[in-house]
Amino acid sequence: MNATLLLAELAYWQQTGIRVGIGLASVLLVAGALVYMHLFKAVSFMQSRLGPMEAGPYGSLQLLAEVGKHIQKEDIFPRNADRFVFAAAPFVVLASTFLLVVVVPAGPDALFINSELGIYLGLAVSSVSVLGILMAGWGSSNKYSLLGGLRATGQLIAYELPLILAVVGVVIQAGTMNMADIVYAQANGEIFGFGALGNPYILTQGVAFVIFLIAMQAELAQAPFDMPVAESELVTGYMTEYSGMRFLMFFIGEFATAGVFAAVASVLFLGGWYVPGIAPDADIMNVLGPLVMLVKIVVLTFLIFWTRFTMPRFREDQLQRLAWKFLIPLALANIVVTGVLKVTF
Amino acid sequence: MSFLAALSADADIVVAQNVFFAFIAIAMIYAALRVVTTSNVVHAALWLVLVLAGVAAQFILLGSEFVAVTQVLVYIGAVVVLFLFGVMLTRASLGDDESVAKEKRGMAAFVGLLLFAVMATALIDTFEDNRLVVEQPQSVSTVSDAIFSKHIVAFEAVSVLLLAALIGAIVVARKD
Repeated sequence: MNATLLLAELAYWQQTGIRVGIGLASVLLVAGALVYMHLFKAVSFMQSRLGPMEAGPYGSLQLLAEVGKHIQKEDIFPRNADRFVFAAAPFVVLASTFLLVVVVPAGPDALFINSELGIYLGLAVSSVSVLGILMAGWGSSNKYSLLGGLRATGQLIAYELPLILAVVGVVIQAGTMNMADIVYAQANGEIFGFGALGNPYILTQGVAFVIFLIAMQAELAQAPFDMPVAESELVTGYMTEYSGMRFLMFFIGEFATAGVFAAVASVLFLGGWYVPGIAPDADIMNVLGPLVMLVKIVVLTFLIFWTRFTMPRFREDQLQRLAWKFLIPLALANIVVTGVLKVTF
Repeated sequence: MSFLAALSADADIVVAQNVFFAFIAIAMIYAALRVVTTSNVVHAALWLVLVLAGVAAQFILLGSEFVAVTQVLVYIGAVVVLFLFGVMLTRASLGDDESVAKEKRGMAAFVGLLLFAVMATALIDTFEDNRLVVEQPQSVSTVSDAIFSKHIVAFEAVSVLLLAALIGAIVVARKD
């Protein structure tokens, strides 16, 4: 509780400044770590190669070199592009990601906001990123970009529904939308009267967890759901015309969103910062909590990238059919069953 | 005590709230005018996003977080995105669209003014000089308790209406 006392002595704008700084750092550092560990290394080992080895020990500074390269590149605008819409689009996508991290708690006091809207706020904020993708697709004045933007929008709308419906099951079981309270509900839960391990909702909401992961993969437009950015037919879709800094923003956005969505999933289904044996509201969890969250994020994002480099691409009709005819009915059934069980027990 | 602090001491008036209301309202009015005056359909939809975001911000000023978040999720995340999706799928021309009707603007302005007059009269007539006292943010449980007890009939009626609209849209769209 010392952190609360410390923050209470600062003025509101000072607290906000600290929160903004920590938020930016946590998103960017996690995104950078994910790019290095998964995209550069894990995938390379799967394909029997070493990956980047030159910059820094084991290529660990490769990412800085890439960022430096992109910053130096010219910021090209297509001649017919709608300049303002084209320029603003990456900011909309990135803002949506950075605002989403606000709802994720990493400890009893290590959180940005303690709002009872919690996950609902997060889902609302994450739905805004579609707007940025549409802006990018249309503003580029390129038919590949426009097609990519339209495909992305059709896909994101279709998979946002199972994502939200999967969360509803968790919210019903926890009885709250507050992210921190969802963690406490799991930490204080019992498995048939056995309470030492808590009750992470992956056990009771396993169906919702699988639906959430699939929908997350589609929201991130990672293979097998990479129809919108299919490089072999659409030349990376809505990102085709972007170069330099703005391309880098889309690239960061992709991995930052993967990290933040994995953080949300680990709070909802894996017990958040809770580890068995330590009380979830102990002071020490303010330090251990972020590390526990980081481990869970790395595991979940590894699943994302493992799938990405294993599965072939879905066709557009298969993709829509999976969402509307399989995932959404399944998620609705999960809500009904959860509701009935919640009332009975 | 500064002037602003003295004003804040009057419990009924929250100065910061009123100042920000003015800022947001001016931005909303400007954006709303641009929605109807721009001849680029995509730009109109993007200006509409600003208007709707302004509505959400006003709800937050009133302490109704739940309504504000719903506003963002439903209107910005779904309705405007569907607008844009439809526009881009059918007529994605960059630059100004000549086919946007200009000659009916007088009529549209008249209807808009009429609607404004009706709504303003209704609001002023109902509340007169009552003040809305916002002591603390409205909690989610307050909203849900109100919906599922006092307003349950209206809630169910609205959901049936939406379902009917959904089925109706499919029936209209499918010619076979």
